[in-house]
Amino acid sequence: MHDVATHDDSKGQYFWVWGALLVLTAIEVVLAYKQVFQAARMLEILLILSIIKSALIIGYFMHMKFETAIMRWMITISVVACFIIMYFFFFPDAGRITTLGVK
Amino acid sequence: MAEATVVHDLPGSAHAAPGAYEAPFFGAYSKKVGMWLFLASDSLTFGALLFAFSYNRIYTTPWPTPFHTASISNATIMTACLLSSSLTMVLGVFAAQRGDRAWTRNWLLATMVFGTAFIVLHGMEWTKLIGEGLTLPGFPKPASAASGELADISKAVPQFPATFFGLTAMHMLHVTIGVIYLGVVALRKWFLPILGVLWLVGFLMIPSDNVFHYGIHALLIGLVLAAIILFLKPKDYDAHDVEVSGLYWHFVDLVWMFIFPLVYLMSTKIS
Repeated sequence: MHDVATHDDSKGQYFWVWGALLVLTAIEVVLAYKQVFQAARMLEILLILSIIKSALIIGYFMHMKFETAIMRWMITISVVACFIIMYFFFFPDAGRITTLGVK
Repeated sequence: MAEATVVHDLPGSAHAAPGAYEAPFFGAYSKKVGMWLFLASDSLTFGALLFAFSYNRIYTTPWPTPFHTASISNATIMTACLLSSSLTMVLGVFAAQRGDRAWTRNWLLATMVFGTAFIVLHGMEWTKLIGEGLTLPGFPKPASAASGELADISKAVPQFPATFFGLTAMHMLHVTIGVIYLGVVALRKWFLPILGVLWLVGFLMIPSDNVFHYGIHALLIGLVLAAIILFLKPKDYDAHDVEVSGLYWHFVDLVWMFIFPLVYLMSTKIS
């Protein structure tokens, strides 16, 4: 346990994380430019890349990786659970509208 | 500071006498837990906006794809600015932990420069899009916005400008608050006149038909709030405060990692 994040940090790993985030961003831009995939597949891939980037930011830059397990899981589970609820509120209806014939 | 003087993990603390220090449930000091809880709630705000955007996008066919190379290049540079600002913020937290006040201030100022660059680039992008016709119903439109590709989109698919401006304005507001927050932590009361000058220069230099002629007043509101906070609790910000401000800043970066691909990259038009 620590007051401030005084764990055994080497600054080098933060530069690696920064580089990885820039590379992932470049991959996203290239995929969009080249239009390698159809829209739905592109959305899935961009979202996966965004989740990887956000995990890097939360884990390293926000030091969540170094927090206690109770804090990590309480925050993560509560937020993700809310997103799952939002998903089931929004998307079935959006899909339903597309099949109603409003063209 | 009270939290810094507390000795954690006292032997037998679970059975200590009433009033004795009890180890925190989350294993972190209260300000950090408070900020994490705020960020959890704020992530739901942005989550709801992003879900609303996706909802509109799914049921609106065809969804406009008006962003040409210039817009995507600009948004990519903005993304690089935010990612780089997160790195300088981490270096600022490290400097604060080792008690290096000069480098703490320098890294925080570097973070603010990247954040300000993001806001300025985003403001220029907004101005360009509005000038080309991407406008909201009921809002005043510049004469140049009467016709063109983006003007047609605004008429045919008003969900597009509504979701675009709604999401990006909310994020831009968060970045602005973040820059002011870091300015107060880095420079304390000395930041107030700087903020006042920035507001005045912005207000006088931005043309009156530009949306940011009024939007710049966010700086004035920030100035008043920061002055009240510094008046009520004039303090020297320590490593805890720098780390907590860093959490907020990284969150702003994190949100953009979803807005950039969903709003910009999924609406790319390659000509």
